[in-house]
Amino acid sequence: MVIDMGMYNEKVMEHFMNPHNAGEMENPDAVGTHGSPVCGDMMEIAIKVENNVITDAKFKTFGCGSAIASSSVATDMIIGKTLEEALSYTNKTFVDELGGLPPQKIHCSVLAEEAVKNAIWNYAQKHGLVLEGLRGYDPTKEFGHEEEEEEQ
Amino acid sequence: MRQVYLDYSATTPVKKEVLDEMLPYFSEKFGNPSSLYGLGLSAKTDLNLARAKVAKLINADEREIYFTSSGTEADNWAVIGAARAKKAKGNHIITTKIEHHALLHTCQYLEKEGFDVTYLDVDREGRVSLADIEKAITDKTILISVMFANNEIGTIQPISEIAGIARKHEIWFHTDAVQALGNVPIDVKDLGIDMMSMSAHKIYGPKGVGALYIRKGVIIPSFMNGGAQESKRRAGTENVAGIVGFGKAAELAGENLKNHIRHVSELRDYFKDQILKRIPEVEINGSMKHRLPGNINLIFNYIEGESLLLLMDAKGIYASTGSACSSASLTPSHVLKALKLPYEKIHSSIRFTIGDFTTKEDIDYAVEEIVQIVERLRSISPIYGKAKKG
Repeated sequence: MVIDMGMYNEKVMEHFMNPHNAGEMENPDAVGTHGSPVCGDMMEIAIKVENNVITDAKFKTFGCGSAIASSSVATDMIIGKTLEEALSYTNKTFVDELGGLPPQKIHCSVLAEEAVKNAIWNYAQKHGLVLEGLRGYDPTKEFGHEEEEEEQ
Repeated sequence: MRQVYLDYSATTPVKKEVLDEMLPYFSEKFGNPSSLYGLGLSAKTDLNLARAKVAKLINADEREIYFTSSGTEADNWAVIGAARAKKAKGNHIITTKIEHHALLHTCQYLEKEGFDVTYLDVDREGRVSLADIEKAITDKTILISVMFANNEIGTIQPISEIAGIARKHEIWFHTDAVQALGNVPIDVKDLGIDMMSMSAHKIYGPKGVGALYIRKGVIIPSFMNGGAQESKRRAGTENVAGIVGFGKAAELAGENLKNHIRHVSELRDYFKDQILKRIPEVEINGSMKHRLPGNINLIFNYIEGESLLLLMDAKGIYASTGSACSSASLTPSHVLKALKLPYEKIHSSIRFTIGDFTTKEDIDYAVEEIVQIVERLRSISPIYGKAKKG
């Protein structure tokens, strides 16, 4: 079967139409971002942490349906998890949780993985934590996909 | 749920009068126009009546209208045909960066064969500069092709002036008028057009039918090889029902032109004014002066086009976007890029196109829903928050 662009499954649509944990957080312990509006998607995630456990998460996302749906499941999944557990989640974890995304939309889920990582990195920086899951993580390399100039 | 179709530039519904005229050609009037008995001859007659109706809409001679399968085929035929016909004179084609892909990809195909193509820039409103056209002309130039009106931003080009430049230099001038037909008055003789592409399904006719106007005296090789249909210039058994539908749609478009323009431009302006009044930080892409009557293209800053379209779709409101994320290629609109619009604004651009069946109630409903949807998406947009604080 050919999967058409607009054909998100029901779970993706549900998370897109009624996203969980969307909006502003009062006094977050750390904030992470990934992407840029120039690239077409950007996510900001705020977390609260107690004893290395993420007790709350909120997101704000500029992006398409799959970017918003990925943000919603990602925040759902990391709440109640330890920092190391949250760091073990990849974009595939979120795509699986959503029951799949169209192939050309997979990159949108990377946004959530990277934003979560960035938030935890900021938290670790502030508190001098060394986390196994952050080994090799370089926040300056945060821009995943650049638009290619197409000459016509 | 209410359905509000605001994508008339994508396609239009077939009008009832058009459908009624078409239906007999699928059954009792099924004859092949090439057959030499009554059933075929009457199909041939009706085909030519339809040809006359399309010709009348643009003030052409009926022998200058050649039916095709689509506007895309007409574009391919005109450009490749001119390239083949004028090969001895030169290999240079002038066009613009905002043409439809039917034109751009045909030019790219010819470039691989060694043709040179100049893709002219447009200004911030999407208009091509006459001075740029003059400057681009060389003694190898064989064709200038500039679309009559753009499909995304609705910008209408100075066609008469461009045709004048082409004529002065004895270069053929082709225009893709798929979006302009039935939306602006077109007189091919008066404007000085050599070839013009048209499509039925944008003017309340059926899909699968287009036409190429080829001025008497312009000779290009046929694009389809086979039988002697269309004066031996476009082989293939004619889509009689579709062509008859195109004829009827053209006739109606001619009769209704003034009313159509008034109706869609009034509703378009009402829609635009309501949106701009009710939603802060919305901008217009393109020109308000040189614009198709039913087109408006808006930038909803701080939100991404596809998410806006999906939420509108959930409320039965249908429009389209230039955002990369909604296209299979993941590249943002080449038209909005040619306007030098920053990428984040391209991702936030939505095209609404209004048509004959749109009502004021449709617009009121759409505005109410869009106001809420934009507010909701901005409330979860990380850049809207920053702009407010900053």
